[in-house]
Amino acid sequence: MIEVIFTGLLLGGSYALIAMGLQLQYGVARIMNLANGEILVAGSFGAFWLYTGSRLSPILSIFLVMPLAFVFNWLIYRYLLRPLVRRAKSHGQLEVDSILATFGITFIMVGLMLAIFGGEYFNYSYLAVPFNIFGKPYALNRIMAFLMSALLGTALYVWIYRTRSGMTLRAVSVSSQASELVGINVPLVLALAFSLGGAITAAGGALLSMFLTFDASIGVVFTMKALIIVIMGGVGDIRGAIIAAFILGLAETAVASWVDPGLTLAAAYLLFILVLLFRPQGLFGRQSS
Amino acid sequence: MTRKEKRNFIISFLIFAIAALLPLTHSGYWVSIGVTIAMYAVLATSWALFSGPTHYISLASAAFFGIGMYVVGGFIEVIPFPVLIVLAALIGAIFAAIVGLATLRLSGVYFVIFTLGLAEFIRQIMTWIQTTMGTSSGLYVLTEITESMIYWQLLVLAAIVFLIGWWIGRSKLGFALRIIGNDEMVASHCGIDTASFKVILFIISGTFAAITGAVLAPRWTYVEPTIAFSPMISFQVVIMALLGGMHRLWGPILGVIPFTLLWDLISGTFPNQTSLLLGAAFLLIVYLIPNGIAGLLENFVKNGSKDIGIDGDK
Repeated sequence: MIEVIFTGLLLGGSYALIAMGLQLQYGVARIMNLANGEILVAGSFGAFWLYTGSRLSPILSIFLVMPLAFVFNWLIYRYLLRPLVRRAKSHGQLEVDSILATFGITFIMVGLMLAIFGGEYFNYSYLAVPFNIFGKPYALNRIMAFLMSALLGTALYVWIYRTRSGMTLRAVSVSSQASELVGINVPLVLALAFSLGGAITAAGGALLSMFLTFDASIGVVFTMKALIIVIMGGVGDIRGAIIAAFILGLAETAVASWVDPGLTLAAAYLLFILVLLFRPQGLFGRQSS
Repeated sequence: MTRKEKRNFIISFLIFAIAALLPLTHSGYWVSIGVTIAMYAVLATSWALFSGPTHYISLASAAFFGIGMYVVGGFIEVIPFPVLIVLAALIGAIFAAIVGLATLRLSGVYFVIFTLGLAEFIRQIMTWIQTTMGTSSGLYVLTEITESMIYWQLLVLAAIVFLIGWWIGRSKLGFALRIIGNDEMVASHCGIDTASFKVILFIISGTFAAITGAVLAPRWTYVEPTIAFSPMISFQVVIMALLGGMHRLWGPILGVIPFTLLWDLISGTFPNQTSLLLGAAFLLIVYLIPNGIAGLLENFVKNGSKDIGIDGDK
């Protein structure tokens, strides 16, 4: 019981980080990036490649993976998504276009990763040693991933809620029109939020790769999980997303250890259905927001 | 019926009659391609009946398709095949009604993810049921039904989809749908019950996907959750319908034929690169041909007639 709760919380920490990435892209930049999971898997491959190739610790590789992902996402936003934002006549049009375009990016990334790395499953052994908490052993790599996620997540949180530049981000997420009126460079903030979201997601992927097995086409699973967390927590609500991430981590671990490991996604989906039916505005969201 | 409609009917009938001759070539390869084309023709056309007017992107095709396949796989030894087709249609319709009622008030993105997860959800549950309760992870479907027979059944199904689409287009339902498609707000102010119209369309497309799955079950003698609920089916349906063009009833099929051939070519030579093809097709549709091949053709015909000074359908 305690083991399940602890493992669930450890997993939830990484989920929270990933959800913060999608939260930036969807909550601020207003683009539902369905290629989010592929960015994550690319981060996993980056960490894997650096660790097996040049023995670079996955924790350090984050500092290489994040800037690369930032630039990559900036290019995607600038050359693929902003033209859609500009030409869209209505919100519905933009939504359909961005769904289709990011699906396109998804499949192209899957194709490229398949071409480069092949279709096998990948994992590597890093810090795979037991570490005792309250007399029960947990894998040290899970604990390190949790600590790093907590560190990055806290830094992001402090930046968004405690600094002036973070405030512009929040302002744009509330109303981009009003933000423009007070002199915020909205297009720049949108691109920044999108790219930063991608960088955070890739860092999450690098951390998850320390203890999860992954392959080139698993991204969509993480897209779904991140989206479930964002919707459960409420769009734009980072605190809600963190709590939702822990709920998802606990639910998945409970189902995997007590029912069947093959049903983890089904458990996540069940949570999603419950949220959509009973609290579509998110756990802490207000009605009709 | 106007003269133009009569003409279109005769042309469609001739096309179907010619298509029905394909198995006479006795070429296993072409019949097999024909089955795939006919399958996606039914799936993409019925998908467009729902998504065209509502602009909802449904990735639930694989869920309904798999349900139909499993109805046949599960009961083929006790219930005759034609009854199973009807049963699959009924179960598909009921399931679509439940899903539609629960989700069609969601916004676009939520609906996409919900439908994408649906097939995956059912797949995991099915795998779990089969491995914990049964002995194997699949079901045997052993029948006397040949590939040519499957092909003819699918052609009949495609003809029914076209008839229903044509009927919707000229009925009150179709008129209401065109208003919804243009502006949902206006539609609801006109007193159109937009929610129930959407659910009706979703039921139609879900039912046809379930029937298609049921008809195709004998093609694979062994049915597994990974085949029946493959998410690739849903994505291919979406891409083919969009590539062909959803604003015309005959649009999706213009996407189905080239895309199936291209897919077959690429999966034969570079099996890992089908997802690149899928991705490129998505981007092509969004950035270059938003109205699909049907839109391109119509533009071409319009410009062509302008150039030589003939007025089209005035």
